[in-house]
Amino acid sequence: MRDVRRRIELYLDHHLFTLMILPAALTLLLIIAFPLLYSVWMSVHEFSMGATTTPRFLGAANYVKLLSDKRFLEAIPRTLYFTVLGVMAPVVIGTVAALGFSRIYPGRGLLRTIFTLPMMATPVSIALIWQMMFHPQLGVLNYLLSRVGIPPLKWVFASNSVIPTLAMVETWQWTPFVMLIVLGGLASLPEEPVEAARIDGASYWQLIRFVTLPLLWPYIMVAIVLRSIDALKSFDIIYVITQGGPGTASETINIFLYLQAFAFYNIGFASSVVIVFFLLIMLMSVVLLLVRRRTSWQ
Amino acid sequence: MAVKPRKLFDGVVFGIFLLLLLLPTLFFFFWMISLSLKPDADNLAFPPVFIPSELTAKSYRAVFESSPFARYALNSLIVAVGATSLALLLGVPAAYGIARSGRYGAALFILVARMTPALSYLIPWFLLFQRLGLSNTYFALILTHLIIGLPLIIWVMLGFFEDVHRELEDAAVIDGCSRFGSFLRVAVPLVRPGIVVAGILAFIFSWNNFIFAVVLAGPRLQTLPVAIFNVLTFEQINWGPLAAAALLVTTPVLILAVTVQRHIVAGLAAGGLKG
Repeated sequence: MRDVRRRIELYLDHHLFTLMILPAALTLLLIIAFPLLYSVWMSVHEFSMGATTTPRFLGAANYVKLLSDKRFLEAIPRTLYFTVLGVMAPVVIGTVAALGFSRIYPGRGLLRTIFTLPMMATPVSIALIWQMMFHPQLGVLNYLLSRVGIPPLKWVFASNSVIPTLAMVETWQWTPFVMLIVLGGLASLPEEPVEAARIDGASYWQLIRFVTLPLLWPYIMVAIVLRSIDALKSFDIIYVITQGGPGTASETINIFLYLQAFAFYNIGFASSVVIVFFLLIMLMSVVLLLVRRRTSWQ
Repeated sequence: MAVKPRKLFDGVVFGIFLLLLLLPTLFFFFWMISLSLKPDADNLAFPPVFIPSELTAKSYRAVFESSPFARYALNSLIVAVGATSLALLLGVPAAYGIARSGRYGAALFILVARMTPALSYLIPWFLLFQRLGLSNTYFALILTHLIIGLPLIIWVMLGFFEDVHRELEDAAVIDGCSRFGSFLRVAVPLVRPGIVVAGILAFIFSWNNFIFAVVLAGPRLQTLPVAIFNVLTFEQINWGPLAAAALLVTTPVLILAVTVQRHIVAGLAAGGLKG
């Protein structure tokens, strides 16, 4: 009896690492890989909610339809517009903020904590408050603008300003994330180049421009990659504030996908959006990672 | 002495710079709190009221009276705690296994999970849960929230386990402990702070999540973010209670976030599934 137990123990010890990884790996397989593969299958079938007949094979018909769908084709440049704004502004402001927060002064920790609150706050809560602030007649933002002599803006209520406005909320929320990444970079920078430049008589701005920023570039690039992925698939803020409106003026790919799947129940069609969107994100990530490799210091 | 005015000037400029940096955040939260504490008349006044005629808890009372807010809070708590516990149970041993065996291929999953929009998973899950009669159950919500917590926990714990010296565990094995025993009795106690951090991060992202519950939860299982979103669509103009509800939902998360702020980047690099 003891012998059997010992043998089982030996067996378990021998394969322990595999056995420890297996449950998590199977779970991830079930909740990540299965849905993606199932989506591929659905995207080539005529598939709608509640249908009782066997789905009919369609081949690439959903994709053909998608690539000629005016709403989808308009959503692509709109998504990229939002993404470019939602990456550039946080990266620039976040980098500047990191330089500010890397100095040493009393109360720094507290200020930094306050600065990082937006990115951890519940997105739906944030979106609701912003929406009240955007109100054209009663909103506090137009009032503040009027105090400095700027005529009221339409914010999310006009099709030409809705995307920049949403990108502003995105920037407000995610600049701290960039700041923290760059701040981490600043903390791990070697001190010698800065010291050497300082001894050579470089001014503060020259130090930043020619020494610190080039050394920080790999970290900034990481921030750009993560921010791009997140901005591209941004959902909560846009959906809660505008639901894609006015009209379709803020309907990004992700909102289009949501509406196709859960408002119109075009499951097969929506699945083809999933696949195209997935490929788009992968493509963008690969491109950014290649750029990163080329520009990285090592 | 000649340096002093120059230094003072620098200090003032830097102070203004910091103020500008923090102003959007400070003003936003000030306004959120202000909306929740002002009487309705003040909230709908133009120009907006900065110094309220009175402070009132009426909006907070309205939140609890007009909606089953406590019920929604309970839903959020059950889903977030359930998903986080399950993710810890699966993720901590897996992270240990990966760190000790060097099978970093598993990290590929984490990368894919990080990049894929949550909606891509939702359609198949939605169909599957319907077919299995599991739609509108806590189980379905907890299972889907695993996709937020599990990759995040594995990722964060990998870092912590890599810092544990193997010699300590080897010593325990030589003393007659089984390998699994050395994991439980040596490695886990050493990374306990990491488990707390990973758990809190997973809880925060699960609590904040909107998209899974908006699709998968029926009226009775709505989590807080979904519930306050629905309040908005039905009572467009009641700003006070809405702001109060928004604040109630996000305050616990903000408090937790402050306790783990050092590790937020690691969490967001692996998780932070936004949609």
